[in-house]
Amino acid sequence: MTTKKLISQAYLWLILLVLYAPIIFIAIFSFTNAKSLGNWTGFTLDIYKSFFTVSNSAAESLMDALKSTLIIAVIASAASTLLGTLAAIGIFNLRGRKKKTIQFLNNIPMLNPDIITGVSLFLLFVFTHVTKGYVTVILSHITFCTPYVVLNVLPKLAQMNPNIYEAALDLGATPFVALRKVLVPQLRPGMISGFILAFTMSLDDFAVTYFTAGNSGLTTLSTYIYADVRKGGMTPELKPLMTIIFLFVLVVLLILNVRAFKKNKQTETE
Amino acid sequence: MNNEDIIIRLEHVSKSFGDKKVLDDINLYVKKGEFITFLGPSGCGKTTLLRLIAGFLAADSGVITMDGKDLNGVPPHKRELNTVFQRYALFPHLDVYDNIAFGLKLKKVPEDEIDRKVSKVLKLVSMNGYEDRDVNSLSGGQQQRIAIARAIVNQPKVLLLDEPLAALDLKMRKDMQIELKEMHRQLGITFIYVTHDQEEALTLSDTIVVFNEGRIQQIGTPTDIYNEPQNEFVADFIGESNILNGTMLEDRRVSFIAHDFDCVDEGFGENVPVDVVVRPEDIYIMNNTEAAQFTGKVKSCIFKGVHYEMFVDTDEGYEIMIQDYNAFEPGSVVGMLIKPQDIQVMKKTCLLNSFEGTMTSDESVSMLGGEYDCPKTEGISKGDRVRIDVAFDRIDLLDNDEDAPVTGNVAFILYKGNHYHLTVITDSGEHVLVDTNDVWDKNDLVGVKILPEDMHITKIGS
Repeated sequence: MTTKKLISQAYLWLILLVLYAPIIFIAIFSFTNAKSLGNWTGFTLDIYKSFFTVSNSAAESLMDALKSTLIIAVIASAASTLLGTLAAIGIFNLRGRKKKTIQFLNNIPMLNPDIITGVSLFLLFVFTHVTKGYVTVILSHITFCTPYVVLNVLPKLAQMNPNIYEAALDLGATPFVALRKVLVPQLRPGMISGFILAFTMSLDDFAVTYFTAGNSGLTTLSTYIYADVRKGGMTPELKPLMTIIFLFVLVVLLILNVRAFKKNKQTETE
Repeated sequence: MNNEDIIIRLEHVSKSFGDKKVLDDINLYVKKGEFITFLGPSGCGKTTLLRLIAGFLAADSGVITMDGKDLNGVPPHKRELNTVFQRYALFPHLDVYDNIAFGLKLKKVPEDEIDRKVSKVLKLVSMNGYEDRDVNSLSGGQQQRIAIARAIVNQPKVLLLDEPLAALDLKMRKDMQIELKEMHRQLGITFIYVTHDQEEALTLSDTIVVFNEGRIQQIGTPTDIYNEPQNEFVADFIGESNILNGTMLEDRRVSFIAHDFDCVDEGFGENVPVDVVVRPEDIYIMNNTEAAQFTGKVKSCIFKGVHYEMFVDTDEGYEIMIQDYNAFEPGSVVGMLIKPQDIQVMKKTCLLNSFEGTMTSDESVSMLGGEYDCPKTEGISKGDRVRIDVAFDRIDLLDNDEDAPVTGNVAFILYKGNHYHLTVITDSGEHVLVDTNDVWDKNDLVGVKILPEDMHITKIGS
């Protein structure tokens, strides 16, 4: 019995180790100065310092890439949350064949390989003579993020009592006020999870960004790292940045889980 | 009817969903301050009509007016009425106070006045002190009270209630019925109430509108509807009843179950086939057979709490339902008596089936969505439009639907003392009325068989 338990425990830890080894590896080596990865030349916070103070040109362009990435991700996910929520409401109110068709069309961009989305958007922008840069990247990100929001909001609509929107109208709310005061509060959890998903999708997108950024010099983290690695070697400041991003995600997830746990407990006691 | 007293008027209102006609030429008015109930089985169009009045749906044709003003194109939020929904439809993210104050806040009513109105209306629904409660923590009955409070706090001219008590248990429903009636009296506003529960309708209403298949069957006070049903549907739907075939011999004289009775109805003509309704509690039952109008043998006797419900086989072979405070043992010979005023005579809606069809050859006709053999008739040939008359008892219903040209579903069953009167809706949507001794269940799939010799064919337009 105990050996069985031990084995199953060991197996679990082994899987976790395999999953997290790469990021732990980077995190550990972010605290040493060695040029090549894997050499330990003693503990130091030097690269953290140079990352935060932006002390060299490499760190400077890394910081620029980070800023653009965040700007693009925030704008794209906010816009797709708005668009996706409205689209979900529209789809939910369709009936029969029309509803199925639109839902199917909504799923295609998610299953479509990024590279195809990227190339086709690239061709579209070339064809329409749109100057590539921030605008094209943001537009492209909205394109592939919106379906995820739709997918997150639709179940919330299905759970909702269909009469509450009508009840708001009945009590004197205009359709817009009813949307704002009754529908949105009901859909908020779906909108938030859709936003987070869109944000992460935008954050780590490479293929679409690569094809739609053009020659304007706009780089995001993913395109920056790609260019960096191709030049040979890797900007040392990447290691602390990745460690920080990982820790940030970890903290956010912990907070979300603790909140959900508390809420569950609350409803149980009620 | 004085126009001043009418708050809502519907004229020729029709509504279809796809091919299905849900409401067919509805004409109706609602008086100021009355408690009117739309009653009917599920799918009869009553809720659709309520939604048309509320403005959530638009009628295909017809006019709905409120206070003389056409409501066509007026969105729900601009109509001076409020709705209580079947599943409460409270806003889950707001507490009790904010739910009730929702409409008042939109109207920019001053805060202290909102406070006053909310606490007043909470008192009215006996929920005072619940202002800060989360609506999800309330029981079904409490949520329904809040839903009512949320609607009436806006002082609407008309309150629409869509089966508001359907989700509550029996005891709670009875209590709420009394409270609703009391609220109606206190508020003095018009209540339009939708329900499928005939007892609820009889208890609450000033006026009942009975619906079936998108049409109004009867409008009247609860006593009118109960005592003088206008057709067999209403008689069957409201309360228990014996519905029997009869013949109006002359004014005040009717024959049914093979006996002649005095009655109070006039103006049907002489020797006219009619439907007769006798409520089971209106038949006097006794051991004495001498003074009885007709006699029979008790078949079964069940105690129902207040009364006994008995089925009696008459000597002439009819089965009658009787309710009485005294029990009569099964097997005992009894005499029965019906007073003239307890016999309700109804005009038959139709006497035989009349279908339209087209001759496909000299001896076959296409009707009801299928092809039937028919007798050769002089002067009628291929391609002619014809009317085919068939008596109710000349139609065979078959279990094995492949043996008949046309199939349909049993939609409505009426027991008429010694046979069943069925309404079958064919796949083509036409109604076929059938008298049969066989027992069928509602929604059974049946084949409709008609023999050529039972058809009577006449040419249309000749």
